[in-house]
Amino acid sequence: MHPFILERPTSLAAALAFRAQAGRNDAPAEYIAGGTDMIQLLQEDVRRPDRLVSLAGLLDRRIDVGPQGLRLGAAATMAEVAAHADVVRQYPLIAGALLDSASPQVRNQATMGGNLLQRTRCPYFRDVGYAACNKRNPGSGCSAIGGENRWNAVLGTSEACIAAHPSDLAVALVALDAVVIVRGASGERALPLDDLYRLPAEAPHIETVLQPGEVIAAITVPAGASGLRSHYVKVRDRASFEFAVVAAAVALRMDGARIGEARVALGGVGTKPWRVRQVETALAGSPLEPAVLRAAAARAAEGARGHGHNDFKIELMQRAIVRGIETAGEHA
Amino acid sequence: MTAPYMGKPISRVDGRLKVTGTANYAAEQDPPRLAFGAIVRSTIASGRIATIDTAAAAGASGVVTVLTHRNAPRYAGPPHKAMVDPERGEKLRVLQDDRITHQGQPVALVIANTLEEATHAATLVRVTYSAAPAITDIAHARAVLPTQQKTDQGERQSPVQQRGNPQGALAAAEVKVDHQYVIPRENNNPIELHATVAAWEGDRLTLWDKSQWVDNVALEMAAIFGVPPESVRVVSPFVGGAFGSALRTWAHVPLAAMGARVTRRPVKVMLSRREMYYGTGYRPHTTQRVALGASADGRLSAILHEDEQETSTYEEYTEAVLDATRFLHSCPNVYTRHRIKRLNVHTPTWMRGPGEASGVFALECAMDELAVALQLDPVELRLRNEPERDEYRKLPFSSRSTRECYRVATERFGWGRRNPEPRSMRDGRWLIGWGMATATYPSNWAPAAARARLLPDGSAEVSSAASDMGPGTWTSMTQVAAETLGLPMERVRFTLGDSRLPNTPPHGGSMTMASVGSAVQAACRKVRADALARGSEGNDLVAAMRRIGQPVEATVNATPGADAQKYSKHAFGGVFVEVAVDPDLGETRVRRVVGAYGVGRVMNPKLSRSQCIGGMIGGIGMALMEHAVVDPRNGRIPNANLAEYPVPVHADSPPVMDVIFVDEHDPHVNPLGVKGLGEIAIVGIASAVVNAVYHATGKRIRELPVTPDKLL
Ligand SMILES: Cc1cc2nc3c(=O)[nH]c(=O)nc-3n(C[C@H](O)[C@H](O)[C@H](O)COP(=O)(O)OP(=O)(O)OC[C@H]3O[C@@H](n4cnc5c(N)ncnc54)[C@H](O)[C@@H]3O)c2cc1C
Ligand code: SF4
Repeated sequence: MHPFILERPTSLAAALAFRAQAGRNDAPAEYIAGGTDMIQLLQEDVRRPDRLVSLAGLLDRRIDVGPQGLRLGAAATMAEVAAHADVVRQYPLIAGALLDSASPQVRNQATMGGNLLQRTRCPYFRDVGYAACNKRNPGSGCSAIGGENRWNAVLGTSEACIAAHPSDLAVALVALDAVVIVRGASGERALPLDDLYRLPAEAPHIETVLQPGEVIAAITVPAGASGLRSHYVKVRDRASFEFAVVAAAVALRMDGARIGEARVALGGVGTKPWRVRQVETALAGSPLEPAVLRAAAARAAEGARGHGHNDFKIELMQRAIVRGIETAGEHA
Repeated sequence: MTAPYMGKPISRVDGRLKVTGTANYAAEQDPPRLAFGAIVRSTIASGRIATIDTAAAAGASGVVTVLTHRNAPRYAGPPHKAMVDPERGEKLRVLQDDRITHQGQPVALVIANTLEEATHAATLVRVTYSAAPAITDIAHARAVLPTQQKTDQGERQSPVQQRGNPQGALAAAEVKVDHQYVIPRENNNPIELHATVAAWEGDRLTLWDKSQWVDNVALEMAAIFGVPPESVRVVSPFVGGAFGSALRTWAHVPLAAMGARVTRRPVKVMLSRREMYYGTGYRPHTTQRVALGASADGRLSAILHEDEQETSTYEEYTEAVLDATRFLHSCPNVYTRHRIKRLNVHTPTWMRGPGEASGVFALECAMDELAVALQLDPVELRLRNEPERDEYRKLPFSSRSTRECYRVATERFGWGRRNPEPRSMRDGRWLIGWGMATATYPSNWAPAAARARLLPDGSAEVSSAASDMGPGTWTSMTQVAAETLGLPMERVRFTLGDSRLPNTPPHGGSMTMASVGSAVQAACRKVRADALARGSEGNDLVAAMRRIGQPVEATVNATPGADAQKYSKHAFGGVFVEVAVDPDLGETRVRRVVGAYGVGRVMNPKLSRSQCIGGMIGGIGMALMEHAVVDPRNGRIPNANLAEYPVPVHADSPPVMDVIFVDEHDPHVNPLGVKGLGEIAIVGIASAVVNAVYHATGKRIRELPVTPDKLL
């Protein structure tokens, strides 16, 4: 582990100043919130900041559910959000995705902000014994392409990187049109969560559109997403405590026996949480019939590209979508 | 007289220490002036170290010294070899030269005042290599016959064995199956990481080590450092699991001792989880072919079982993968051939049920395929091929309760209600499948010693070097000692895990109860008889000791007698599994496991049940999730962690795990009549799961683990 100084600023402004001096990704100063991802990466020598700037006590941790929708303070823990009665009632997709994530111990410690910005589980990124990783070491190549890549993405990939985004929460939030409230030295801005993440393209080391020093202050979900019938499907090799092989977040507004409106996003398969609007369009107005659902789900595969070991995800993600719709639809 | 203890479900005598965190493990030892060692490991699989620049590391904060092959102490001689070490080849001589034979090989040891300083400085050591071509792609490596092969009993044998005319019988068989089965590399993942703390006082070395065999660690250190064995003391009272990974002495152990010698300070070396995939143990990758021929009425006429197993370039590690095939089922024509593939990897090692866990997997899957081909119930197929004696060794079994195991387990499981048709049983969306397999593991017994010491106050101290990696040796030995001495358990203190105590064989191969238990019993018998004779108080041991007024002691070496050669000695069992498979998403969950075992006398049913459910859960991991990926390009293991290498969590442990020990009295195996059950508990489980998955889905998976992608 690279030695670092732990800064514990007493105001957010001071914290923003520390980080703003540094560059974009993996800079000499980094924020730390719950530390559940950061500390692993420090121990493995993947991240080597000279300063760690603690966000403890500086960010909102309130959870508000009101007529405007849902607002989650960035410092709220996964456990707090998952257990919040109004979240469970009105935004069960979020609670479901959280309860399918990690373990109770991790959820007690991990924050909303940290969850959205956790780094990929691509094992080559996390093992410095592999010299080639464009995300860790720009221009060095990609060890996953041509290697065992069962863990990697099939959507949104590039020649430079095929790392899957690991967050379950982000998949549910993207399906519900969540917005992140970002704060920087020059003030606050709001942007759709879907736009927070960049595709890897030629620069997989730049993962978000955040400017140096900016923090995620809160997450909001519009009221229109409340009360939908929803289901979070997470396929994995063991029953609990594992990242998704494939996940599907599905939310429906039924119109009689037909689907009025559908929201569908995928996890474990995209280089970012992957909203599949073409599937949503195909589902609008459809009955809950297996053949119809299957045909709509097939559209998720548009543009998908496997790398050998992960080819199966292209089929599995379609099945996960179908399962999600069927299960959500059953909850009449 | 006190109540009998043997056979009673007594709770762990060390349970309180463990749950209160006061049982101290190797890494928890902090002698004064302790320094910390961090290992720098190679990032190539084959070649030589070209340059190694330690200047930045040596200059970093808190660093005491950096050892490399240039300045490390030289081995005084070849490392001592023991029964846990492969006979051919020589284990890694750590930091003795510039040669690299595998990824993760230690190339430097950085010693610093704190763990953080050591691990940081380790990242500053700059190593360049001249890489040589490496063999890291098992699919394309050549399989060769090993120079020799040992049976489970340690007898040398040819790697090719044949009786009758298997090829001819297979060709002539009315019904046959012939398939290939693959088990990927699986890593030993005990929750306690390997760690060693070494401290020298002059020429005397003390090691606190995670070990399943303290005596052997002491002998090995003595050989490496050229000191008399009596000068080395190895202490290991508690072991937080190992599954075999702590049987051999790995490179971090001499490294800690070297570091301590050079710095003249105690040194602690603790492996990270990632390092556990490069420096300790794993079950080798095996590819097996099993061909079975049978008559239309289900009698086996031919078995051909061949396997290829990975090993390193510097040691010829082989497992008894094919032993069970030669006697488990009756068959006149049997061919087995064991081959190895030498790769640029570190040497595999013993992992729970070594040999049998792999070989029986393939055999019992093939038996299931044969049952399907014959349209015969898989239990019935086994009953029709139940041997009267060991047809390989041509000896009677000391005892064999397979029929009884099948009977009680099928009854408990409700096997009679099974519809043999695949995909015929459902629970809502889930497809339900029932599968079974036979299990076996040899009942080993090796010479062991124990000391019993009676004190004037009527209490006793009993000791033996043994170890306890979880099965409950502390408890079971206290039971044997108290009952044999005729004292209450609270008056008997048993101690283990110290090489100064009487010698024992390795704590592995399911032989601790048989070996150490026999020695404890013999020592207690002797000391009791001596004390009673000297005390002249009739049968009252407490009164006798009061009268004698000083301790009475006996040390006994218990050795297997000639009787041992007259029988084929194995534990047997039948395991039955219910799985639920999600037909759309491919997820498999194990819902029930029923295992019936004939393991001779059960010393402590409570601890034994724990052992068995641990084995069942381990078997579920083997069946459904474990796979240490070896990168064919460079020999690295990308998923060297516990996130991308899943092992079962609580949610994967079936709600029903029924363990039944059938009544079995075996007077031949050893004086205690125990067969051991640590290993057999995992054997057969993975095949029963795969067979159940077939029954649920109609899909036959022949390559572990059974992950969702294979069932789509
Ligand atoms: C064993 C284990 C299993 C897991 N399983 C799952 C799983 O199944 N599904 C899943 O979704 N996740 C899983 N996770 C990941 C877990 O959810 C994340 O580690 C966690 O959410 C990160 O939150 P944190 O507060 O600890 O972040 P930290 O580790 O403190 O930070 C993570 C990153 O976010 C940055 N950061 C944190 N807060 C802010 C902020 N407010 N503004 C800007 N930057 C910020 C940090 O600089 C850092 O780069 C698992 C983690 C572990 C350890
Ligand atoms: S997929 Fe991305 S993160 Fe993984 S090795 Fe390639 S470049 Fe690195």
